[in-house]
Amino acid sequence: MSSGNVIETKELKKTFTSKERGNKRIVEAVKGIDLAVRKGEIFGFLGPNGAGKSTTQKMLSTLMLPTGGAAKVLGFDLVKEQAEIRKHVGFVSQSGGADLAASGAENLVLQAQLFGIDAVSAKKSAEEFASRFQMTSFIDRVVNTYSGGQKRRLDIALGMIHNPQLLLLDEPTTGLDPQSRAYLWEEIKKLKSDGITIFLTTQYMDEADKLCDTIAIMDHGQIIITGTPEQLKDSVGGDTIILTFSSEEIAKKAEALLTEQVIFERIQTTDASVHLTIKNGERTMPDLLRLMDGCNFQVQGAMLSRPSLDDVFLKYTGRSLREEAKQ
Amino acid sequence: MKLLRDIRLLYMDSMRHSFKNPMLIFLSLFQPLMFMLLYMPLLGGLGAVPGITGGGTLNLFIPGLLVMQAIFEGGFVGFSLIDDIRSGLINRLLVTPVSRSAILLGKILRDTTVVLMQCVLITLVALPFGLSLNPVGFLLSLVLYALMGIIMSSISYGFALIYKSDDSLAPTMNTLTLPISLLAGIFLPLALAPLWLQYLGKINPFSYGVDATRELFMGNFLNVNILVGFVVLGVMAVAVFYWTLYQLNKMAK
Ligand SMILES: Nc1ncnc2c1ncn2[C@@H]1O[C@H](COP(=O)(O)OP(=O)(O)OP(=O)(O)O)[C@@H](O)[C@H]1O
Ligand SMILES: [Mg+2]
Repeated sequence: MSSGNVIETKELKKTFTSKERGNKRIVEAVKGIDLAVRKGEIFGFLGPNGAGKSTTQKMLSTLMLPTGGAAKVLGFDLVKEQAEIRKHVGFVSQSGGADLAASGAENLVLQAQLFGIDAVSAKKSAEEFASRFQMTSFIDRVVNTYSGGQKRRLDIALGMIHNPQLLLLDEPTTGLDPQSRAYLWEEIKKLKSDGITIFLTTQYMDEADKLCDTIAIMDHGQIIITGTPEQLKDSVGGDTIILTFSSEEIAKKAEALLTEQVIFERIQTTDASVHLTIKNGERTMPDLLRLMDGCNFQVQGAMLSRPSLDDVFLKYTGRSLREEAKQ
Repeated sequence: MKLLRDIRLLYMDSMRHSFKNPMLIFLSLFQPLMFMLLYMPLLGGLGAVPGITGGGTLNLFIPGLLVMQAIFEGGFVGFSLIDDIRSGLINRLLVTPVSRSAILLGKILRDTTVVLMQCVLITLVALPFGLSLNPVGFLLSLVLYALMGIIMSSISYGFALIYKSDDSLAPTMNTLTLPISLLAGIFLPLALAPLWLQYLGKINPFSYGVDATRELFMGNFLNVNILVGFVVLGVMAVAVFYWTLYQLNKMAK
């Protein structure tokens, strides 16, 4: 394995066999994926429901054995050196894993102790994590009285109380209010600055965009594309410039002029606005405005928008995440 | 060393759960007490019962009642494991460095502790009624009740891991506990039974436990049934534990 990669998989595969009314049904949840996660980066996993994201993370956490392929996590073999991996990896599963009948504090102390931390230090870390995740007001209450977001914060704290080198987070911010989400982003960035590698899945494009150094999009058990958020957005095509005029008539004339004079990927006029898909929108914008001015077109509004990860997701999966969520 | 620490941590954690609601431990004493008050007097009317070396009805009845307590208390612990599987707690434990035997043993030893506490309490209640008890024999018989508790709670956890659903675990454990307790000669010695029933009893490990504890209560330490009881239940406890451990490992695949 090349140095600097915290996760490396080769043809990693998971097939489930389930029985339905006596008939064997095979689900290829993960169809042989190659992943490389660099040390110290935040790696984001995007994909529609059922893509195989959780299954991949479960394998990497050693919760599930792969059906095929090979993987190294922190340099240890995923199948043969599970014990080593478990010591240094933190995993927060999609559904969490707190003991509902115990208090948050009891959960945290036990979790720390199970990683070999002595009772006194475990209690200290539990208190520290309780305040770090704003849980002090409810940490001594039994977990089955927590709100969804409160429990999610505890789940996340449980996954990292032993200071893991690699943190696997399966949809960590689902169910959190905007404020808690912002707090968690800050926490994740802090972890990154401490040199910890984070591999997270998310349903939120803005989260992936703001947080992740690398993003992989998964669908139907396969990785479709990997890259930095910028690379992925560039791969969708150019930026969109929208010029608005006082009437549709003028807009049409402007469109004719632009078609003659400018190199673009696509042009379209709706109502009084011309939509232009173009490379390097930021640099072209002033030229365009000068051109309009020079030809006596009164531009009433100008807007530049970069492609979003939503566009990326749409392009590579043929679906928007919002459509998915409705299903 | 690490295994012992893991077991201790998880055992203490389970015990804390149980003692958050200590009423539950006493609540399940209700059934054996009902048997003592409402059923035992019936046996008194039978007079001398063959198949037991001395001692009154109480000495026939109480050791069997304690076996029943171990069977039923241990047999239904699996439901709590199903809750823990559902909440994701078990999966969380499976990816910590904690040993998988410890995950099970922490729970099984807690269940066994509860069974032993109940056995002591029932015995204390029975003493004023005229139970004659050899103290050393009683302490040794507690080891046998512990083994029976280990066997039953292991079985219960094993099926919980297989089914992961209350709907399947309940009928399974009902189906198991009834014949196990009937074929152990809990209330009346199997010596009274027709031959075919006695043979069926012979394949039930708990019947050896009942025989052994009856002798222990009387202090008949040289009786061979005692040794047989320890060996049969000891081997069974180890075998069933490994079966349950296998089910736990299988779940994480
Ligand atoms: N134990 C199992 N037995 C059978 N099929 C399974 C099992 N676990 C997962 N699957 C199937 O494998 C596929 C991938 O599931 P997975 O949970 O990895 O998806 P995901 O990408 O995490 O989706 P989501 O966004 O909904 O969390 C799904 O089709 C799922 O139904
Ligand atoms: Mg998932």
